[in-house]
Amino acid sequence: MSEMQKKMSRNTKSNLITYGMVAAAFLIMQSLISMDRISYLVEGLMVPVCVYVIMAVSLNLVVGVLGELSLGHAGFMCVGAFTSAFFSKCMSDVITVAPLRFFLALLIGIASAAVFGLLIGIPVLRLKGDYLAIVTLAFGEIIKNLVNVLFIGKDSDGFHFSTEGAMSLNLKDDGMVILSGPQGITGTPRDSSFFVGFILIMVALFIVTNLINSRDGRAIMSIRDNRIAAESVGINVTKYKLMAFTISAAMAGAAGVLYSHNLSTLIATTNNFGYNQSIMILVFVVLGGIGNIRGSVIAAVVLTLLPEMLRGLSNYRMLIYAIVLIVMMLFNWAPKAIEWRERHFSFLKKKKEAVR
Amino acid sequence: MSFISYLINGLSLGSVYAIIALGYTMVYGIAKMLNFAHGDVIMIGAYVAFIGMSQAGVSPVIAVAAAIIVCTLLGIVIERVAYKPLRNASSSLAVLITAIGVSYLLQNTALLVFGANTQTFPSVVSWGGITLADGAMNISGVTIVTIVVCLVIMAVLITFVQKSKPGQAMRAVSEDKGAAQLMGINVNATIALTFAIGSALAAVAGVLLCSAYPSLTPYTGAMPGIKAFVAAVFGGIGSIPGAFIGGLLLGVIEILGRAYTMSQLADALVFAVLIIVLLVKPTGLLGKKIQEKV
Repeated sequence: MSEMQKKMSRNTKSNLITYGMVAAAFLIMQSLISMDRISYLVEGLMVPVCVYVIMAVSLNLVVGVLGELSLGHAGFMCVGAFTSAFFSKCMSDVITVAPLRFFLALLIGIASAAVFGLLIGIPVLRLKGDYLAIVTLAFGEIIKNLVNVLFIGKDSDGFHFSTEGAMSLNLKDDGMVILSGPQGITGTPRDSSFFVGFILIMVALFIVTNLINSRDGRAIMSIRDNRIAAESVGINVTKYKLMAFTISAAMAGAAGVLYSHNLSTLIATTNNFGYNQSIMILVFVVLGGIGNIRGSVIAAVVLTLLPEMLRGLSNYRMLIYAIVLIVMMLFNWAPKAIEWRERHFSFLKKKKEAVR
Repeated sequence: MSFISYLINGLSLGSVYAIIALGYTMVYGIAKMLNFAHGDVIMIGAYVAFIGMSQAGVSPVIAVAAAIIVCTLLGIVIERVAYKPLRNASSSLAVLITAIGVSYLLQNTALLVFGANTQTFPSVVSWGGITLADGAMNISGVTIVTIVVCLVIMAVLITFVQKSKPGQAMRAVSEDKGAAQLMGINVNATIALTFAIGSALAAVAGVLLCSAYPSLTPYTGAMPGIKAFVAAVFGGIGSIPGAFIGGLLLGVIEILGRAYTMSQLADALVFAVLIIVLLVKPTGLLGKKIQEKV
C-alpha cells in the first residue's frame, strides 16, 4: 500500500512539475513581451507554439498512450479550425462579446473534431500498425481536399452550398461567401491570444495527465502493452481505443480553433493541414519521448522556435534543422549510442537510483 | 475514344507509381520500415538526369545511367548512416522519424544546390509515339516507354527475387533475420542491396515521371512518393506483385477521377479507394495475413 502511495505521489509530483514549467514559461514570456524585450517575430510565434504544444500532447495520447501510429492528426485540427472559423464569421455581427464568441467557437470546434474522430476511429481502429497509419494519413488528406472544393455562402434565405465556385452559390445581394474553396475563410475575428493558448495547454495537460493516471487510462495502456492479454481480462478494447482516439481528436480540434482565430485568412494547404503537418507533430512526440507528456511539450516548443532562432543562417536553417533531427534521433535511440551514453554518463544514472 | 486514352495515360502514371512502390515495398519487406525519404530520392534522380542533359549536354542514356548510379550510392549511404544504427532500436518509430529527417535533408540540400525555381525537364524520349484511328488518338512516346519499362522491371525483379541467390537471400532476410544469419546470409549486405535496388528504381521513376510531367522542383518527389506508398499499401505492403497492381490501379483511378469528376478531388478519390480496400482487406490486395500468437 505504501508502495502504491509513493507511486501516486511521484505521479502527482511529476504532473505538478509539468504544470509549473508551463506556467513559468508563460509568465516569463508574457513579462518579456510586456517589457518589449522580444522581437515582433518571436512574439507572433507564441500562439503557434501553443497550438503545436496542444497538438503534440494530443498526438502523444494516441501514439504514446494508446500505442497506435496516426499520420492524419492535422486533419482533426483542420476540422476544428474550419468549423470554428465558420461559426465565428457567421456570428461576428450577432455575438459581439469576443470571449463568449470564442468560447462557443471553441466548443463547436472541439465537438466537430470529436465527432470526426469517432466516425473515423470506428473503421480505422480495426486496422493494425502501418496500415492504420496510412489510413489516418488518407483521412487527413481527404478532409483537406474536401475543404478545398467546398463553397458555402449565407444570405437571408439561409445557407447555400456548392462545389463549383463562389458564383454558383446564387447568393442574394445581402449574402456573403463564408467558405470560398481554395481561398478558404477570410475575415475570421482574431480572438486567439497567448493567454488563451496557455489556458488551453493547461486544460489539455490536465485532461491527459489525469486520464493516464485513471482506471480508463490504465485500461488504454494495457491495450498498448498487450492487446490480447487486455482483452482476455475483460477490457473492452474497441471502447477504450475509441475513447483515446476521440479525446485526442477533440484536443486537436481545440488546437485548430486556436490556430484559425489567430489568422485573418484560413486556407488549407499541405503545410498547415496536410500530412506534412501531421508528420511534424509526430516528430515532436517521438523526439520528446513517446508517452512522455512533458517531453512532448518541450520538444514542441523547442522545435517550433528552432527555425526562428536559426533565422540568421537564412537558407541553411532548414538544412540544419534536418541534420539536428537526424543526429538527435540517432543519439537518443540507436542501441550503440545508448550503450555509449550509459558508459560515459553512468554516474548520472547511479545518482538517480540513489535518490529513488 | 477519350476513355481509352485516359486509361492509357492512367496506366502510364500507374507504371511510375508502381516503380516507386516497388522500392517502398522491398524496403518495407526486408527492413520493416517506412522509408519516407524514398520520394526525395526520386527528386534527386530527376535533378541528376536534368543537369546531365541540359547543362552537361550528354545523351539521355548517359544522363539516366548517371542518375541511377547517383541514387544507388545515395540509397546505400542513407541506409548505412541513418537507418542501420537504428535497426535494433526499442521503438520502430525512431527509424520512421529519422527517415523524415533524411527527407527534409534531401529536400533542403536540393533547394540550396539547385535552387527553388521550377525547372523544365527535357523528355528523355524523343520518339513522338503512335497515332491510332486516323489521328483520333495519339499515344505519346513517353507513355509507351513508361509502361514498357515498368513491365520489364517487374519481370526482371520477380525473376531476380525468385531465382537468383541474392534474391533468395532477400526473401530469407525478410522472413526471419536471425534465422537467415544462421544460414550464413550476410544480412547487412542483403539489406544494403535492397536499398540500392530500391533507389535505382527511384531514379528510373524520377526520370520517367518528369518526362511525362516536366516541372521539376525540390518538392517534386514528395506527393508521388506518398501516392506510391499508398499504392504499396493498397497492393499489400511487402508484396512485389502487389506493388505493381496497386500502382497501376492507383494511376488509373487518379487519371479517370481527374477526367470524370472534379480535378481537385482526384487525390481524395485515391485515398478514399485505399480506405475502402483496407477496410475490406485489412492487409491490402495481395498482403499476407499476419497470424497473431498469444
